[in-house]
Amino acid sequence: MSTRSVEAIEARSLEKSFGEWPVLWDLDLSVPWGQTLVLFGANGAGKTTLLRILATHVRADQGSVAVAGYNLRSRPEEVRRRIGVVGHRSLLYEDMTCRENLVYYSRLFGLKNHNSRVDEVLEKVRLGDRADHRVRTLSNGMQKRAAIARAILHQPDVLLLDEPEAGLDCDSVSILGTLLAEWTESGRSVVMTTHDLDLGLSWGHRAGVLRGGKLNFPGDAGELGSVVNANIRQAVADALGAGQ
Amino acid sequence: MNGLLGPILVIVWKDILLELRSRDLVVSILVFGLLVVVVFNFALNNAPGRAAELAPGILWVAFAFSAVLAMNRAFVREQEQGGLEGLLISPVSRDAIFLGKVLTSLIFMLLIEAALLPVYAVMLDFSALSLTLVLTIFLGTLGFAVVGTLFSAMAVQTRSREIMLPVLFFPVVLPIIIAAVEASTRAVGGETFVGLGRWLPLIGIFDALFLVICPWIFAFVVEE
Repeated sequence: MSTRSVEAIEARSLEKSFGEWPVLWDLDLSVPWGQTLVLFGANGAGKTTLLRILATHVRADQGSVAVAGYNLRSRPEEVRRRIGVVGHRSLLYEDMTCRENLVYYSRLFGLKNHNSRVDEVLEKVRLGDRADHRVRTLSNGMQKRAAIARAILHQPDVLLLDEPEAGLDCDSVSILGTLLAEWTESGRSVVMTTHDLDLGLSWGHRAGVLRGGKLNFPGDAGELGSVVNANIRQAVADALGAGQ
Repeated sequence: MNGLLGPILVIVWKDILLELRSRDLVVSILVFGLLVVVVFNFALNNAPGRAAELAPGILWVAFAFSAVLAMNRAFVREQEQGGLEGLLISPVSRDAIFLGKVLTSLIFMLLIEAALLPVYAVMLDFSALSLTLVLTIFLGTLGFAVVGTLFSAMAVQTRSREIMLPVLFFPVVLPIIIAAVEASTRAVGGETFVGLGRWLPLIGIFDALFLVICPWIFAFVVEE
């Protein structure tokens, strides 16, 4: 890991609106090293927007964010070097093979010995036998796994995952769960969104519910446990009810 | 890979690889360029001897419209497959992304022009073996690539991108087109560098100006 800031992610008074519509409002967030934060919320609650801000892809209107100790506004390239992102799109070129896509990203990230690293991550997501297949020939689930391989390629300090389990079969979800557990055990951090309560609660160390532009941590933001889980389930149910 | 050159070359390598796989850009523009010269050749049949006089204008009409076709594709593939987003979340400066796309477009357009120029020379009856003409074409195409890349990045974010690009592109590159036609007319007429007067330097100045301004604007254009 490249840095030892106090927190993996530290956001203060974050605000973001689209036109007149406020999405995030005075939002505070901190993610310690070695933990997975799971974000729940109704559609349109701002989960993806929050991840896109953390990924430096969308600029917040107000507030400050530091990822791995680097300020998002003043050091965006340092932040990008330290994050891996999996979104709704694979960000892979369909006419290139998995290996070519990963070599391309390795070069953009300036990785040395990228060939061995590419093989390693493809094996990790069990796509070793499909390495030389064009991305367009892969199923959606396989493309998602290739996207995960892309995200972990440069061994980022923080993984930002937007509904990573979507489109994955049971085996792939299990591979992803193992990968995320290894990730946090090695001291790195993960922020992920999901609509799957059980999955989120089993993978996360902490869980937050986005509602009304703010992030709430039911159960006093403590480590997940049966009481906290029940509180989160109730909070998510309330948020979904409010979102409808 | 540090610095500006490394990421630029990576982006160019990727774009060339994708074009080799699909072949949609180069082939379609080549066909378009050939159609233009055939149409003009028939249109000018009634004016023998004037073809060489009109050749520079025809040449740059074809090159300018070919550039628009090429530029329309420059960011469409990136947008469709999320490649631009992938570039934007990688630790590569916006300048490198912009210059990588410019270099790719420049290479594609120069290749197409190199294939079309002899055909135009034969059909319109002028000599393409002119260093000044080649230099004019290079500088003019560089200007097209720089301006076109910027406006392609803008247009791709709009719903009517195919219409938006030429509307934005042509007014801005008009000085380059005028200077290129003037310089080409003199080059085809056998003038040397000295004889080209102010036209070639004018294209160079516009290129330099756009090369400074466009990367700077590009950073704002791709910021969401």
